[in-house]
Amino acid sequence: MSRIDFMQGNTACAEGALAAGCRFFGGYPITPSTEIAEHMAAKLPKMGGVFIQMEDEIAGIAAVIGASWTGARAMTATSGPGFSLMMENIGFAVMTETPCVVVNIQRGGPSTGQPTLAAQGDMFQCRFGSHGDYSVIALSPASVQEMYDLTAEAFNLADRFRIPVFVMADEIIGHMRERLLIPDMVVRKERKLLGKGNLPFRADDDLIPGFPAFGKGYGVHVTGLTHDERGYPCTTSPSVHESLVKRLVDKVESARDAIVSCDIVNPDARVVFISYGAPSRAVEQVLHDLHRDDIGHLRLKLVWPFAESMLSRFPNAETFIVPELNLGQMAREIERHTDRAVVPVPKLGGALHNPSDLVALVEELV
Amino acid sequence: MTFDEWLRADRLPHIYCAGCGNGTVINCTLSAVDQMGWKKDETVFVSGIGCSSRAPGYIVTDSLHTTHGRALAFATGIKMANPDLKVIVFTGDGDLAAIGGNHFIHACRRNIDLTVICMNNMIYGMTGGQGSPTTPFGALSTTTPYGSAEPAFDLCGLAAAAGANYVARYTSYHVRELLLAIRAGLANPGFSFIEALVQCPTNYGRRNKFRQVADQIEYFKSHALLVQKAERMRGEGKEIPDDMFIIGELARRNRPALGVRK
Repeated sequence: MSRIDFMQGNTACAEGALAAGCRFFGGYPITPSTEIAEHMAAKLPKMGGVFIQMEDEIAGIAAVIGASWTGARAMTATSGPGFSLMMENIGFAVMTETPCVVVNIQRGGPSTGQPTLAAQGDMFQCRFGSHGDYSVIALSPASVQEMYDLTAEAFNLADRFRIPVFVMADEIIGHMRERLLIPDMVVRKERKLLGKGNLPFRADDDLIPGFPAFGKGYGVHVTGLTHDERGYPCTTSPSVHESLVKRLVDKVESARDAIVSCDIVNPDARVVFISYGAPSRAVEQVLHDLHRDDIGHLRLKLVWPFAESMLSRFPNAETFIVPELNLGQMAREIERHTDRAVVPVPKLGGALHNPSDLVALVEELV
Repeated sequence: MTFDEWLRADRLPHIYCAGCGNGTVINCTLSAVDQMGWKKDETVFVSGIGCSSRAPGYIVTDSLHTTHGRALAFATGIKMANPDLKVIVFTGDGDLAAIGGNHFIHACRRNIDLTVICMNNMIYGMTGGQGSPTTPFGALSTTTPYGSAEPAFDLCGLAAAAGANYVARYTSYHVRELLLAIRAGLANPGFSFIEALVQCPTNYGRRNKFRQVADQIEYFKSHALLVQKAERMRGEGKEIPDDMFIIGELARRNRPALGVRK
């Protein structure tokens, strides 16, 4: 039976992970994400799972990757400074095709910045923060409900594509409390296993190889070095490196339109808000207050890979307004994909956009 | 010895230089694992970055060749998520004690059930011979061209102080003792740390007056002081010469271990 609860966003994130079968959490306390670790520390041992507080975030993501290789659904949660520390091992997870979920409850940066206030300044870091070329998936919840739903979905995407999947929330969504509908069950699509006798890093038609979990007799060698389809280091062949990295990127990018996830309001609108995460709440208030069908809203639930097909769902759009809790990160990505006017509405400092400011902006434009 | 079947024949020849001591340690480890009757399907080798860390790539079991310094954190995740797996970590002095120093002391403190074998060649071999945290005071390397001005870490002292259940040090000369120490480490629940001093003729020996491979092995033989003898000397008020190093079993205890199925 599904049930209704009243819950904090971070707790809902942890509950979503548990419902999705997450049985390993490795991490390090950091504001404003710590409630996720605390909830996992309380719940996992009673469910046959493992919670371990590591010595830093580098070790947290490393333990998660190790756990994932035993076949477990594994996650960590952090915020800006910890996210920065994780970057090298996130690249390792990409290169070794290790499914894992990384939650970032974003706070104001750079550096220690504003530990208790919201920001969306890590959107490019999650896309490009580790070295080399690669592609990942990032989701952005805008409610407590989505903290639950999108975290659960992140595990399916991580298992399907064998990549780190990011839940890029923010302090507002992480710490707000609201109604949560907990479903009977969460749809689980587990990782595809490697067929016996197949080479461990030879991809199938979907560009993704089957997973050879440790302890099952596969005898697989997993390395962050450039490797051939056997998994053996092969670091000087240009063609092996090129085909490996291109496949790691293509397996995600070729599925862009298949996995797109967004909400669309008033597709015939001339002026269209594009938002993700907490600013979506301000935009929803604007649409509610103005009550006009020539103002549209595209709310991204899946931010990376950015599917430009979402923009063409608004054929009459003349202007895209992009409120963000940063200096215009996704606005820059949107500009890259459209010939319409893009108006960034950057906001720093920790407070959400005031809906009346956005109303004034719309009235100026319409 | 029947450890041949633990090696990936299709990966040979290996990358190690002629005269390298790492092969001795890999040999002892695989012999120990084989003598313990461990099965390939339940054994996992984990490593970081460096010459030592290439070893798992030559072994037929599941293996994870991770990022620099982080092998113990990855191994902790594997062991905690599946305590039925037997996890062995190959590491080196730079990997373990410099970039991975924090993970080292915390893994010892947790006393997690891993066997960690450090091939200590006292140099960064793979990158061409830079000084490491175990480069002896005064020794020459590409980054200590006037002699190292820093004292070296005592890795075993660090492990014992931080809480590891089993700690031993031997060298590539003490093959039989090394094998037995690794066996003891494999058998002992909790964190087992075995340091093996190894020669690196390419990047350490030739810069530090060990013109032949055998010269450094001879040095290991003549400058190793068994822990029991060292304790006797201390008891007699005799000073242990600065150029001697202590070998033997340096800690064996039974603190509660993490990552063991209850």
